[in-house]
Amino acid sequence: MNAPTGSAPLLQVEGLTLQYKTEKHLVTATYRVSFDVYGADRFVVLGPSGCGKSTLLKAVGGYMAPTEGTMRLKGRPIREPGADRVFVFQEFDQLLPWKTVKQNVIFALQSSGKLHGKAAEAQAMRYIEKVNLAKFANAYPHTLSGGMKQRVAIARALAMEPDVLMMDEPFAALDALTRRKMQEELLALWSETRFTVLFVTHSIPEAVLIGNRILLLSPHPGQVKGELNSDGSDRADPVSGHKLSDRIHQLLFADRIEEQEIVHHG
Amino acid sequence: MAETHISAAQWPAAPPVRPEYLRDVVASGDIGVVQKPLTLWQQLFNQAWLRKTFILVLIAAAWEIYARQLNNPLLVPTFSATLEAFWAGIADGEILQKVANSVQLLLKGYALGLALALIFTALAMMSRIGNDLLETLTSAFNPLPAIALLPLALIWFGLGDLSIIFVLVHSVLWAVALNTHSGFRSVSNTLRMVGRNYGLKGLGYIARILIPAAFPSILTGLKIGWAFAWRTLIAAELVFGVSSGKGGLGWYIYENKNMLDIPAVFAGLFTVILIGLIVENFIFRNIEAATVRKWGMQS
Repeated sequence: MNAPTGSAPLLQVEGLTLQYKTEKHLVTATYRVSFDVYGADRFVVLGPSGCGKSTLLKAVGGYMAPTEGTMRLKGRPIREPGADRVFVFQEFDQLLPWKTVKQNVIFALQSSGKLHGKAAEAQAMRYIEKVNLAKFANAYPHTLSGGMKQRVAIARALAMEPDVLMMDEPFAALDALTRRKMQEELLALWSETRFTVLFVTHSIPEAVLIGNRILLLSPHPGQVKGELNSDGSDRADPVSGHKLSDRIHQLLFADRIEEQEIVHHG
Repeated sequence: MAETHISAAQWPAAPPVRPEYLRDVVASGDIGVVQKPLTLWQQLFNQAWLRKTFILVLIAAAWEIYARQLNNPLLVPTFSATLEAFWAGIADGEILQKVANSVQLLLKGYALGLALALIFTALAMMSRIGNDLLETLTSAFNPLPAIALLPLALIWFGLGDLSIIFVLVHSVLWAVALNTHSGFRSVSNTLRMVGRNYGLKGLGYIARILIPAAFPSILTGLKIGWAFAWRTLIAAELVFGVSSGKGGLGWYIYENKNMLDIPAVFAGLFTVILIGLIVENFIFRNIEAATVRKWGMQS
């Protein structure tokens, strides 16, 4: 659904500085972050807590205005939330508890004005079947397990056929076994439909498995440390001989040592 | 480094090393019963309405015994005498007529109060000045007893339904608005973001996200508003007698007190309680079962 238009990036983020106010402080979440996401990318934003990765996703989602920098989706500047960037959040309460699984998906299609009536219902069922929840189409969310709720959220987002699927640590609240299964299911869905996904995580193994392109952010404030390619198998780098996960670990870990040294000497 | 070492005198240096073992799990049939039906008594005790009826019967029995011992029908008539007066009132149609008058008025004030509460809270959600307006008005008017406004209402609107409806609206509006507003504000940030993600704004956002998400609080507001409205209505009729021409339950109580027909006074109070129980246990309970409980938002 997201055929790359020539070689132009789908999503362009340039020099993005994000700041938000707490009660007493002005916090800089990211500092001059730039990256490009192309069609059918599984673009992972990876970094330790405090690198502003979730804030970055919120900004791309249109929920907060940047202090400086630009964000463009298909060349158009991002100003407000929209159904062309659909979110899957970490929290299980992202499903509307007063609607069944099917109604949740139909709700998304109708509220956004994408589809109505029979067409919305058919589209909803098609994607509910894709995540293997057809049997639970008429169940209310509170009767489902955490993993099933996340699958509904993914079905709801995919049914919208957005330009970019925005995933904010979608599997972080799941147990290890379910998380592993969900990661595989997500990859299987991607092979089937080739959506573009912007995926935020703090887990190195998850980033290596899910992403084809990994953006590394350093913390306080979040700055781009680099972009790496992954084929999902955690292969060894031909030059250094180190595995991808080890390289990422070193890149992110190096910061901590420097930080500690500063603390000691300062 | 601060001294944070915990004395481990009571713990051995290492746990003992035990051999590993594996077992086959036995089918539950061999252990015995995994599920067994509850006894009839347990099943009956699980019915909330039966338990509550039991409590009501106990209260009625205590009342009957106390009143018989007191033996002064002018102070406390017996439960049976109250029931008799109640049946007599039902039979000659007087109580039913008064109930109809009261409920009719009550529903008008309640509906109008709810509509105004919805408008105020919607304004509060859509703009900061609306929010300030609602907060100022609720903190100013919520503590003001509706009955204290009745003298003014009588001057403004004269004797009649309008005065009563005015004070009813006052008693319903602030309680419902306060609960609805606090319900709106406690809607999770994730749900808000979901709503905006799918392009919902303004009234659509309030109707399709905020109202259902805040429904447990709204329901509490509806119940409190209903109770306040009843109190206000009965009190208004008691204090100012008949102010609407026909007279309702409060007026029935007032009249019978003047005639020293105390069992009938109790029958009037009994009717108020009965309507309260019916509304709570049939109407609100069913709304709860069909909404917040079905959605898993309240156990």
